[in-house]
Parts: sequence; structure tokens; C-alpha cells
Amino acid sequence: MSAAGRVKDWLDERFGWHEIRTFIEHKTVPVHRFSYWYFLGGMTLFLFTIQVITGILLLLYYRPTPNDAFESVQYIMTQVPFGWLIRSIHSWSANLMVFTAAAHMFSVFFLKSYRKPRELTWLSGMLLLFLTLGFGFSGYLLPWNTLSFFATKVGTDIAGLMPGLGPWILTFLRGGEDVTGATLTRFFGFHVAVLPGIAATLIALHLLLVQRFGMSVPPSVEAAWQARPGDRKEIRFFPNFLLRELMAWYVVLAILGGLAALKPWELGVKADPFGAAPPGIRPEWYFMFMFQSLKFIPAKIWIFDGELLGVMGFGAAFLAWTLVPFFDTGRRGWVQKFVTGVGVFGLGFIGVMTLYAYTAK
Amino acid sequence: MLSVGAALMLVAPPLAAQNKANLNTCLDCHSQLDAPFGVNAAEFSNSIHAQKGLGCPSCHGGDSSSDDMTKAMGKAAGFKGHIDRAQVPALCGKCHSDAAYMRGFNPSLRTDQFSQYQTSVHGQRLAKGDTHVAVCVDCHTTHNIRPPKDPASSVYPTNVAQTCTRCHANAEYMKDYKIPTNQLALYNTSVHHEALAVQEDLSAPTCSTCHGSHGAAPPGVASVEHVCSTCHVFQQQLFDTSPHKAIFAAMNLGGCITCHTNHGIQRPSDALIGTANGAVCVTCHTEGDAGYQGAAAMHASLVKLGDEIGRSEQLLLRAEKAGVEVSDAKLALAEARDSLTKARVTIHSANPDAVDKDIQAGLKVTQKTYQAGLTAITESKYRRRGLGISLITILIVLIALAVFISKLEARNPGITK
Amino acid sequence: MNNQTTAPQELAERRQALRLFLGGGVIASLASFLYPILRYILPPKTVEQTSESVLAARVGELKPNTGKVFRFGSRPALLTLTSDGKYHAISAVCTHLNCTVQYRSDLHNVWCACHNGMYTPDGANISGPPPRPLEAYDVVLKGDEIYVRRKGNG
Repeated sequence: MSAAGRVKDWLDERFGWHEIRTFIEHKTVPVHRFSYWYFLGGMTLFLFTIQVITGILLLLYYRPTPNDAFESVQYIMTQVPFGWLIRSIHSWSANLMVFTAAAHMFSVFFLKSYRKPRELTWLSGMLLLFLTLGFGFSGYLLPWNTLSFFATKVGTDIAGLMPGLGPWILTFLRGGEDVTGATLTRFFGFHVAVLPGIAATLIALHLLLVQRFGMSVPPSVEAAWQARPGDRKEIRFFPNFLLRELMAWYVVLAILGGLAALKPWELGVKADPFGAAPPGIRPEWYFMFMFQSLKFIPAKIWIFDGELLGVMGFGAAFLAWTLVPFFDTGRRGWVQKFVTGVGVFGLGFIGVMTLYAYTAK
Repeated sequence: MLSVGAALMLVAPPLAAQNKANLNTCLDCHSQLDAPFGVNAAEFSNSIHAQKGLGCPSCHGGDSSSDDMTKAMGKAAGFKGHIDRAQVPALCGKCHSDAAYMRGFNPSLRTDQFSQYQTSVHGQRLAKGDTHVAVCVDCHTTHNIRPPKDPASSVYPTNVAQTCTRCHANAEYMKDYKIPTNQLALYNTSVHHEALAVQEDLSAPTCSTCHGSHGAAPPGVASVEHVCSTCHVFQQQLFDTSPHKAIFAAMNLGGCITCHTNHGIQRPSDALIGTANGAVCVTCHTEGDAGYQGAAAMHASLVKLGDEIGRSEQLLLRAEKAGVEVSDAKLALAEARDSLTKARVTIHSANPDAVDKDIQAGLKVTQKTYQAGLTAITESKYRRRGLGISLITILIVLIALAVFISKLEARNPGITK
Repeated sequence: MNNQTTAPQELAERRQALRLFLGGGVIASLASFLYPILRYILPPKTVEQTSESVLAARVGELKPNTGKVFRFGSRPALLTLTSDGKYHAISAVCTHLNCTVQYRSDLHNVWCACHNGMYTPDGANISGPPPRPLEAYDVVLKGDEIYVRRKGNG
């Protein structure tokens, strides 16, 4: 018995690794023409891990006060060895993660993996998506440059539009009436403590549920396999699927490295709270579709404020989307088709609005 | 006269009823009349005189409380009627030169306008009988007089040029005088106009800044540099140490305007000094004389630093595009630009050595910023090399994984049912 | 491939080579990730330039009725010691057209060379073109070190 083997046994007697090992060895992943979409969940988790690591590294040098925030990021970009790399990876990976999280959500939606018994997995996943957007929004302010300052101002303004709770939410987010150093402190707290804590819990829950129920198979494939059980194919999670995931993760690492070295994230100009907003202020790309659609809504619709209706409309849409497992239980064919149609419309809407926002004058 | 009066009588009573509270019966009729008897009542009520409680009788005499025209405009009430142009300055001066009286309204208002006016070209010509020249109301208006600080005033800094050139740019009006009428056209192309009208810097000069307002007259050759130096101190101090001062005085040439002109002062470029076509130096200097060589030397110095700054700028921009943070070096470059600005002032001493001192200070900075640029480019190359290495290792891993997976699955497909 | 025709010995060798290749590649890639992280963690020699509190000068460096321009954040600032023995610190960027101001001992005031603007040592614009006063900073003495920081920073 080698030394490593003895250590393994010692730990196993106390932690019970072997149960987990057995489980992993028996875990399988279905193989069909949609299987590639299965990579997105792990990809999002991988990018989250990168965010945590680079985030902790940034924490070693970042200072969350208006006087120092910008200068500390500048310090990281110019003086700290490989600071430029850590910071640019953090910024790029954040955007990539929002993309993969959204893609993961859409793939789950269209493959209808939210059906019974996976409703809670879907719910926790949607919450994680909102958290990811919250991470993006709170993190965007931290470099304290002109763009991020005014983007935060506009974003929190829109949050404050909510009827009833709006003003309270605005004050809560900003730590006051305006975007100030208090906002920076708060957003920093959200970004490094509150959101990670909630996210960690939800990720644990989400992963546990996924292990419990195994990988879902889309209705069309399910039907095909039920008709011809011989067609059913699954590969082992460990090592086969995991090795493939590893390849995908390495590709993402290459992309992140390339982006950081060739297209580093800009520093910008230090925010001046008393200065005028520069023209063309806009939020990050993942909020653009909302930003653009709100611009299209007329100032007044009948007796209601147009922007307010828009915000509430989006709120209602997101709520309905989150509750989709309770509408589409998989039992009624026309509901399934309808929900898919709504999904296509939603995805198309987001795509068109985002494209328009960037290409139109 | 009587018929007009009768007609007016018919009009007056209903208006009088309207203006019962306003004891200015003059305006009851005169606000309805056309020129030359008409007065814009709204304008007048906003004017500084009306605001301070002075009405028509303050200047025109008469009785503004009477509805009866003959009483209101009667000799008994001291009615003066239309004031002759030649009488206007003395009339205004009756109050505005009375320090004790003016103290009651605004203790810090000057009371020497009339005496200044009498020294001006306008005042002197008026005394000789020329009523063509400007009197008080030509610049301040008659019934719409506002304090100069009021943006609607005809003598608010941004409006002064328009007020002066109502006459001075009117070739027809000025045809009997031997002075040009292109000042406004020239001024509108100048940096001073840009500063005042476009950048809204109210400290920038307009006509009255250099020529005076009430005592308006051209500065005179000997005084030009003093006028300019109220803002451009350094240039004048340096000019006074240069050989040009004595020479220009002897040649009866004005200090600053000989090179910069008076009204159409352009933003100077480095091309203004030197020996090339378009430089002012060669207007007097010829090849071989000391001044010619000095001009060439100074021009070369300025161009050298300008070029070095440009070189650093380009390099830093390249480095920035390659992704390296160079904001510190860019900031340091501003110091070099300051040196160049200083050198461009020092040329007024016509001393190439003094100019060179400033240039050298700037070149020291550009040397450092250029170095910083080179370091940044090297850093970007280092980053790309590092990226290349890690990409190679990643590629190795990807290939190895692919082969490993295929070998693994050849032995044991790992597929279950 | 034709694994049947290859001897098991060679197969084992190939497998070993592949494992080596894969293992080596993974270690090399991990090294290329870890090297920057390890370099990053160790703090650099140059200390960060904060705009929170800057050491402007030491006591004794300035004679009474003189001033010194120093770097504060990313802009210049002016530290003056007036004849009454008090230190004043203000922004040195003129509010007219952004030239750098200086202290004039003969005038006992702050002066801008570009267009003859004049300020008090506390930054009030008293004559010439400047439209606004210069921002004033707090001066804090720690032993013989004179620190300048933005107003309102505790």
C-alpha cells in the first residue's frame, strides 16, 4: 500500500469519499444531437470559479473609496506585475459568464429541461442568472470611471421607477439620494460578500439538484428513445464527459488570455460626480436590449407613464419566464409549442434590440 | 397740430383709464405712436432709469402726471421735447457727473464718464460741431438703457463690438472719415472674438477694452504694448528687453501689433516666427543679418520640441492601442507642452538662447516620455510572447486530451445503455 | 488503428508516452497560469500614488512667504507658507485656462503668469480673468511631515 493510498484510506474513513466516488463513477450523460448544449452549465461554473480567483487577487490591491478606487485600478494595470492580466481576465470573463449563463438558460428553456421534477433546478438557475446580472452591475461601478459612474446613475434611476417600492429601492441601492462614495461602498459589499454568499448557496443547491435528477433529455429525443430503446446512448461522466469539458475549459482559457493580452479592458477617465454626463452613456451589452426598448416607448401611453409601463412590462415578462415550469408541465402539446414560440420571440427580441442599439445612429 | 391733437384726444381717454395706476401719462400716447415719437413701453420699463423711479420728465422735462397734453408738454412744466444730439452728453452728465447725486443710487458707479468723453475722439469732434459722432445714446440706447452687467445691455461685453460697429463698419456712414471700416470683419476672425463669443470668457477683450469706452480713442503707437500687457504681461516684459523695443519706437511702429496686427489677431502658430514665407520676421530681416539668423534659430527650436512631443505622443498612442497603460506618461507629456508654451512666450525677447533654455527643459521631459513609450511597447511584446507560450501549452494539452480521449474510448467506449 | 497487430509492449509504451505528453502539457499550462499569479501576489516596489493624502514637504523645507508646487493625485497643487507661519494648500490649476499658478513673495499672493490672474493663498480669486476660486485642501502636520489631503476626508 503506497503512502498516497494510505492517506486516501485515512481520509475516506472520515469523509466517506468512496460514496461520492461511486456516485460519480455511475453518473452518465445522454448522447444525442443536442448534447453539446450540456457543456454550457459547467462552462458557466468554470467562469464563475475564474471570477472568484481573479476577484480575490484583485481584492489584494483594490480600494473601494472614491478617492482611491480609480487610482488603485490604475495601479493594478500599470505597476502590479501581471495586474493587467488579472484585471482584464476578470472583466472579460465577467462578460463571457453572462453570455454562457444566458445561453445555458436558453438551451435549458428550449430543450425543456425545466419540466417535472426539475422545477426547482430551473428556479435556482433563474435566480443565479439574476445574481450574475447583479454581479455585473455592481462590479461595473468599482473602477469608478466616468462610464461606470453614469451607467450606475441611469441604472439605479430605472430601478427607482418601480411603483411603490421604487424610491426605497433607489435609496437602498445608492446609499443615499445620489450616486456617491456611499454607493461605491455598498456595491463593493454586494459584489464581494453578499452576492457571492447567496450565489455559493444557490450553486450548491443547483448542483445538488442536478446530481439528484440526472441530465434531462429533450422531449423529441425522449419520444424517439421510447419508440426505439436500442437507440439510447449515454456516456460516462467520469472520465469521458469530464475530459471533453476540460478541453472546452482550456479553449476558454486560451480565449481569455488572448483577449486580455490583445484587447485589454480600458481604464477610462476618473469619475467626476459634478461633471456633465458624456454623450452616448449606455449600460453594458447585456442590459442594452432593455435600455433600447425603453427608448422606443412613447412618453405617455394613455394615462400612464411610458417608461414605468416599460419597466413593469419587463418585470412581468421576467416573472412569467421564471415561472415557466408551472405553465408548461409537459403534459399538453399545444402549451409546449406555445412556450417554445414565446421563447423564440423573446430571444429574437433581445437579439434585435441589442443589435439595433449598437448599429443605429 | 390741432387736428392731430384732437385725434389723439379721442384715443387718450380709454388708455388713460387703463394706465390709471401708472402715473406716466407720456407713455399713454407715445407707446402707441410710430417713430420718431414712439417709445417701446415694455423696453423702457425694464431700463435702469425706469427701475430706479426716473421717468420721462427726468430727461425731457414736462409733467407726466397730467392727462392734458398742453399741460404735460407745456413750457410751464419745463418740457424740452426732443433733445439735440449735441446736447445729449451734457444732459446725461448733469446727473452722471454729480457724485453726490449718483451716490444716492449706486455709490460705486463712476462719475467721470462725461469728462472722459470730452477727451475722446467722439467728444472732441462733437465739440467742433460734428454731430455725426457717437453720443451717449448711440451706445447706450435712448429708452432701453441697462447696466453693462445685464446681458441684454447694448454695452454687455459680448454686445460691445456690435454696438461700436453700427457706425464703424458702415462704409457709407463713415465715408467722410479717413479710417477703415473693416475692424469688425477682422475682429470676428480673431482669437479674442473666439474667446469672448464662443468660449464665453467675459475677460476677453472687445473694442472698449483696448480703445476705452467713454474716452474712446486709438491707443497710439507708444501705448499699444501697455494696452496688450494688461493681460499679456510676460510678453510685454520680454519685449521690453528685446532690441525690437527701441527700433520699433524709432520707426514709429506699435509694439505688439506690428507682428500680430490689431483687430484680426490670429492664434499664432510656429510658422509666424522664422525665415520662411508667411513668417513676420522676414518683413524686415534679410538673409545674413543677425535678426534673420536669430529668427531661424528660434523657429528651429520651437519646431524641434513640437516634433519631439509629437513623436512621444505617437509612440504612446501606439502603446495604448497595444493595450499597455500609459496614462502616467501622457500626463508627464503635458509638462513638455507647458515648456513649449513657455518657449513660445520667451521668443518675444528675441533672444534665441533664452528660448533654447525653455526648449531644453521640454526636451528633457520628452526624452523620458519617449523612453516610457518604448518601455510600454517592449511590455506589449513581452505580453504577446507570454500569451504565445501559454497558448502553445494549451494547444499541447488540447491535442493530448483529444488523443487521450480517442485512445481511451477505443479501448473502452464508456457508453452505457 | 490496428491494435491487434501491435505488441502489447509497444502499446504500453505508447500509452505511457501519451500520459507523459498529457501530464506534461497540463503541468506546463498550469505553470503558465500560476506564474503570473505568483508574481502578482508579491507587492511591487513602487508605492501607490493615492490622491487621498500626499506628503507635500517637510517642515523647514519652505521658508516663510514662499510656496512649492507638488503633485497631488494627477494634477499639480500649491503649498504655501505665509508670513504669519500658516500653511495653505490649494489646487494649482488656474480656473481661467488651466495654467499652473505660483506663489509671488513680492505680492504675498498666488499669481497666474498666463494672464495675470491673482488669488489669495487660500484660493479666492481676487483679480484678473479667473472666474472661480482654486479648490482648497486640508494641511495636516505629522511630526515634521506636511501632508495635504482633500477637504472632508477623515
